[in-house]
Amino acid sequence: MSNPKVMAYRRENGRVGIRNHVVILPLDDLSNSASEKVAFNVKGCKAIPHAYGRLQFGEDLELFFRTLIGTGANPNVAACVVIGIEPQWTNLIVEGIAKTGKPVTGFSIERHGEFKTVEMACWKAKEYMHWASERKREACDLSEIWVSTKCGESDTTSGLASNPTVGNVFDKLDALGATLSFGETSEVTGAELEIKKRAATPEVGEKFMATFEKYQAMIERNKTDDLSGSQPTKGNIAGGLTTIEEKAFGNMQKIGKKCMYVGVLDKAEAPTGPGLWYMDTSSAAAEAVTLWAAAGFVAHLFPTGQGNIIGNPIEPVIKLTANPRTAQDMSEHIDYDCSAILRGEMTLDESGDNLKDMLVRTCDGRLTSNEILGHEEFVLTKLYESA
Amino acid sequence: MIQFLVHEKADNVGVATVDIKAGENAQGLFMDTQEKIDIKAAEAIPLGHKIALSDLKVEGSVIKYGHDIGLLKADIKTGEHVHIHNLKTRRW
Repeated sequence: MSNPKVMAYRRENGRVGIRNHVVILPLDDLSNSASEKVAFNVKGCKAIPHAYGRLQFGEDLELFFRTLIGTGANPNVAACVVIGIEPQWTNLIVEGIAKTGKPVTGFSIERHGEFKTVEMACWKAKEYMHWASERKREACDLSEIWVSTKCGESDTTSGLASNPTVGNVFDKLDALGATLSFGETSEVTGAELEIKKRAATPEVGEKFMATFEKYQAMIERNKTDDLSGSQPTKGNIAGGLTTIEEKAFGNMQKIGKKCMYVGVLDKAEAPTGPGLWYMDTSSAAAEAVTLWAAAGFVAHLFPTGQGNIIGNPIEPVIKLTANPRTAQDMSEHIDYDCSAILRGEMTLDESGDNLKDMLVRTCDGRLTSNEILGHEEFVLTKLYESA
Repeated sequence: MIQFLVHEKADNVGVATVDIKAGENAQGLFMDTQEKIDIKAAEAIPLGHKIALSDLKVEGSVIKYGHDIGLLKADIKTGEHVHIHNLKTRRW
């Protein structure tokens, strides 16, 4: 099978990005305001505000740092300005991102005030915008593009056609030696033994089961009912889905028929080699895509049934649907309509080729619907309360 | 025209790919074997919802993708709508 070339940005560390963002990354909730002011003054750069970064501790703090560093380090980011309330944690993020070799500078607000911080950060952001605007796309292999997938607002058309379309693309990309990931630990409930069988080795299968059991224990600890009020979601149910088991078997169509996962990743953890990787994520779309972007994934395939409209600030989300109603009445959100499969007018293999083409075009620079609509949901996964 | 699809031969439900009207003789297709099947819809089945392919007993399993997707809370006759009113998870 041919490994198509895509025109993309090769970064200092050899990784390939498909976007060229200059990101203004707040360390904490207090620094959102300064970051947004910089992004307002310096056109073309992008602030990524979020709700956390204060008084977190332990495993939750490690995940927070990993997510912020990973976001700045993502190859879709050309350069990064970090703004925090105080210098120590700010520098920790800067140093983490700097390991990629990309330009990154931190500013802290204490002892300067917001006005001075914004001014200093604006000068740096302007310099980075000039620099980034002269980076050139070059021919890279499609297999160098790290691709993640999760589905959202699924219905039974997801299991019939849009998820298997992604599965068809994953089988094709895996054969090329690409780096791929799927996850959604709560949402494989009912199909976990089938997922276990798709592990490349028994050890990896056991690691998946341990991750799955840990998530189930978390749900058991925190649930107040049988979870049927939220999983499946109201949208899932309106679309014909009934139980978590039905949703799980539909969900798992996204990993195709052949590819086996070579490892299990913690949240926002980067893979160490090519192949399909399981990541322990929640099934909430924005949380999960934020984790994949932080792990270094640069393009996301997102099948939807009833019409989930999620995006991400740095990882383009390519949305497809097989639901003819969604393709019509929510068409501004949809990049690829595969409802012809349901009418018997297109095979799964043809649909996979179409989606692969859309992936190539997106890598070459075609903006996705989420990018044009400005859907930039950046949602940090929080493990427990702050101190 | 195909009005519902069945993932696998072993399944006891199909998925409506259009809105099916009550009383309609609906045309279906098994996706694995490509065999055709028709079922008289006992009630309206909205797009995306499931239609029973045979009579099913309370406490029995609904089979889709060749796998158990939940527990039946009521007896269901061929052609009836299978949804959250008569099907429940075995988990959580």
